[in-house]
Amino acid sequence: MSWEVVMGLEVHLQLATKSKIFSGAANQFGAEPNVQACAVDLGMPGMLPVLNSEAVRYAVMFGLAIDARLGKRSVFDRKNYFYPDLPKGYQVSQFFEPIVCEGKFDIPMEDGSVFPIRITRAHLEEDAGKSVHDLYSGQTGVDLNRAGTPLLEIVTEPDFRTAAQAVAYLKALHSLAIYLGISDGNMAEGSMRCDINISLRASGSEAFGTRTEIKNVNSFKFVEKAIAVETERQQDLLESGGTITQETRLYDADKNETRAMRSKEVANDYRYFPEPDLLPIIIDDEYIEAIRDTLPELPRVKQTRFISQYELSQYDAALLADTPTLAQFFETAATVSKAPKLAANWILGDLAGALNREDLDISQSPVSAEALAGLIVRIADETLSSKLAKQVFEGLWQQEGTADAIIETRGLKQVTDTGALEAMVDQVIADCPDQVTQYRAAEESKQKKLIGFFVGQVMKASKGQANPQLLNTLLVSKLGES
Amino acid sequence: MSLESLTYATASELSSALHTGKISAVELTEACLNAIATHNSEVNAVITLCEDAAIAEAKAADLQLHNGSAGPLTGVPLLHKDIFCTRNVPTTCASKMLRNFIPPYDATVVSRLRTAGTVMLGKTNMDEFAMGSSTETSVFGVTRNPWDLNCVPGGSSGGAAAAVAAGFAPLSTGTDTGGSIRQPASLCGITGLKPTYGRVSRLGIIAFASSLDQAGPMTRTVEDAALMLQAMSGIDAGDSTSADLEVPDFSAGLNQPVAGLRIGVPKEYFNHNLDEQVAKKIHEALDELVKEGAELVDIELPHTEQGIATYYIIAPAEASTNLSRYDGVRFGHRCENPENLNDLYERSRSEGFGEEVQRRILVGTYALSAGFYDAYFKKAQQVRRLISEDFKKAFEHCDVIAGPAAPGTAFPLGAKSDDPLAMYLEDIYTLSVNLAGLPGLSVPAGLINGMPVGLQLIGRAFDETTLLRMGHRFQLRTKHHLARPTMAGANQ
Repeated sequence: MSWEVVMGLEVHLQLATKSKIFSGAANQFGAEPNVQACAVDLGMPGMLPVLNSEAVRYAVMFGLAIDARLGKRSVFDRKNYFYPDLPKGYQVSQFFEPIVCEGKFDIPMEDGSVFPIRITRAHLEEDAGKSVHDLYSGQTGVDLNRAGTPLLEIVTEPDFRTAAQAVAYLKALHSLAIYLGISDGNMAEGSMRCDINISLRASGSEAFGTRTEIKNVNSFKFVEKAIAVETERQQDLLESGGTITQETRLYDADKNETRAMRSKEVANDYRYFPEPDLLPIIIDDEYIEAIRDTLPELPRVKQTRFISQYELSQYDAALLADTPTLAQFFETAATVSKAPKLAANWILGDLAGALNREDLDISQSPVSAEALAGLIVRIADETLSSKLAKQVFEGLWQQEGTADAIIETRGLKQVTDTGALEAMVDQVIADCPDQVTQYRAAEESKQKKLIGFFVGQVMKASKGQANPQLLNTLLVSKLGES
Repeated sequence: MSLESLTYATASELSSALHTGKISAVELTEACLNAIATHNSEVNAVITLCEDAAIAEAKAADLQLHNGSAGPLTGVPLLHKDIFCTRNVPTTCASKMLRNFIPPYDATVVSRLRTAGTVMLGKTNMDEFAMGSSTETSVFGVTRNPWDLNCVPGGSSGGAAAAVAAGFAPLSTGTDTGGSIRQPASLCGITGLKPTYGRVSRLGIIAFASSLDQAGPMTRTVEDAALMLQAMSGIDAGDSTSADLEVPDFSAGLNQPVAGLRIGVPKEYFNHNLDEQVAKKIHEALDELVKEGAELVDIELPHTEQGIATYYIIAPAEASTNLSRYDGVRFGHRCENPENLNDLYERSRSEGFGEEVQRRILVGTYALSAGFYDAYFKKAQQVRRLISEDFKKAFEHCDVIAGPAAPGTAFPLGAKSDDPLAMYLEDIYTLSVNLAGLPGLSVPAGLINGMPVGLQLIGRAFDETTLLRMGHRFQLRTKHHLARPTMAGANQ
């Protein structure tokens, strides 16, 4: 029997506002425990929430970016449950009337196709604190720095059928959030966390199977793995005649398995009701249009433009448009060098490789877009062979100066002078009579292989600076003379 | 001025005595502290006394009075209900749960009254977490009614009402979620105003039911209430539900005549629930206002009866989640040696909360539970809207609505302790005002068998001015507010 996987995703996106959603405490990651929690965040008696209007603006930006219907009137509700890292005993969220209603999201897939999914809703809520279990033996610490961090919870319809679709969606969402500037997108710090609702049904069946929810998966790789192992688990269970229990499960990355959360970690009845300490959020068309005017060019639009304007492949365009910083870097390099394809290749090739090695972000690149463009110009005008170019790039990385300066000081200029090159070729032919004889005796198809030896010798003699095309032409003609 | 006349003077009288140098703020503060020292053991209205801080504040007030920077409340002593957070002073809500809680901040009301120059004498007793109508559920013991020490002072702001009635302070703050200012004001023969929801900031007031809670003044006269409300009112960026409206000059509006104003008399407020003698007193009071030129209009508030059920779903529902923060984790009572997390929660909360508080948490939790939400909470919200509509319609025919503040006079201690429903009926005339968010004023309307009765005046939203004007006119005409309890040793 063949099975179809059906998935819907819930993403918790931390919004990069300066202060928390309901208090003036700083909204930053990494401070000493409990130093970024004020009386409101601590749920002290008599304290009241005051909505951060920036969080509302970010939610509206997101709503506009996915063509969603915006809730002109949205309301906060209390979600009630007890846990030590939830100071008030309730989380302020939006249950009945969210700020962002139905929207759509076109996901660019690697093969160049577009996979559309439906967004059910996105709502504002506050994050909880953190329980720290491994710091004190036999005891649990509570760090409330994160309590009150604004979250946008983005819920999709059950439109995903493969892990690749799910991951592509998350990547596109991540990219969009960074474009909009509403999140720092730092997955390792929990800025984007994903819950996966997953069920199986017999291929061709209309009815949904019983689903499980995998909570809090915080990397693209883990999402892919969690889906794979949970699919396998459900499939094995169903094929052995078992039934799926609707439950919340955790993905354990170390063991690469999902397991049911203990029942007491799952509160069943949240007793939602409207939060009386906050007024409804009312937004009007004027407010919405003012925000629309501030929206940047979004990833999908940029990709399409890269393809048409710079004649890039869908794949390269998607990669380069992933973050606004990278896209900007590319556009600068492309414009200055007037060689967009070369620029794309160098950015996605050598530069990306070097950045990866040093664990650097494009914004931290020691090679600026202008500097890289300087190098590309010299490749385009054939001053540099690709081999020499790599050496110049190394110089740029070491910040030895502009490409031209490095070419000069390192003496890396390609030898394109026919006379000089001819002399070197003649010398090599004279020095290697055996190889010359062998070459001349060989079949034409074999000669192509044998010529490599002479190329290597001349390159060695020229310290790698010989223009390869020119050299090839010369060698073919000289060796051909008998 | 003698000591007794000092402690029974109004804030307005004291203010002019302070400004003309007839008394000093320190003398006045000492007189109040003295009255508390003499009688609090009988009344138990004050549960925290701040003698040293009060004297220091009084000295500062005297300096201001000397250098001309004093306002109308500078140097006037007051007491805060123990539901208002007071910086570095215990704030307990009269609960074992918060018995050792000392907030590092002032409630907005407290800081505004501080800025106005008042001298904080201490904190007053109340029903635990403001849940009650008799001030019998306090962990600090019952407060007694100064008019009859065997009777309750009403509640939940019973300590505040008893303190003003006993001459401990001319001013005290109260909070009113379903009648907690007006009913004790009625039972103790003082003036109490619940302002419109949103008029006074709730920031720093320990929440009972957020959509109903409102702080207000408890005083000897309407004139004082206007003075105090002025200092308490206005938008607060820290309370999203505080109203962004200009605050009128309440004192300036007091002396307008009431002639031509229409007083709506709801028939539902004078039915079988009301003590006949109280009804008579209220009618007498209305006759006095008619003599001032006001006109009586019969009106209907058809959902009055449903108000109780509605209130006792919404208030406990909100309370059940407002009180979730008392979990023994960060502050408040924590049980000894918890075995695990659930044990910590269960025992800390079972030990820390009294019976009535637990009852309301359970009722509220039930009303919000899956499967019951629509039948209870949602339905109650719908009825709440109907109640608001009732008032809106009524105010098409009148400017003020008048009736009793409570169905009877003060009842004996313990009389209703075992009968929550009888206790809940105490608020039948007050709680629909909270549900509708309107202002309500209780002014003394005479005595029945030596016990005070309060006339309640209800106004349109944010029209405290008309209420105060009518209340003031009533007090200019009648002398009910001047009656004093005959406590042993008190001035007769």
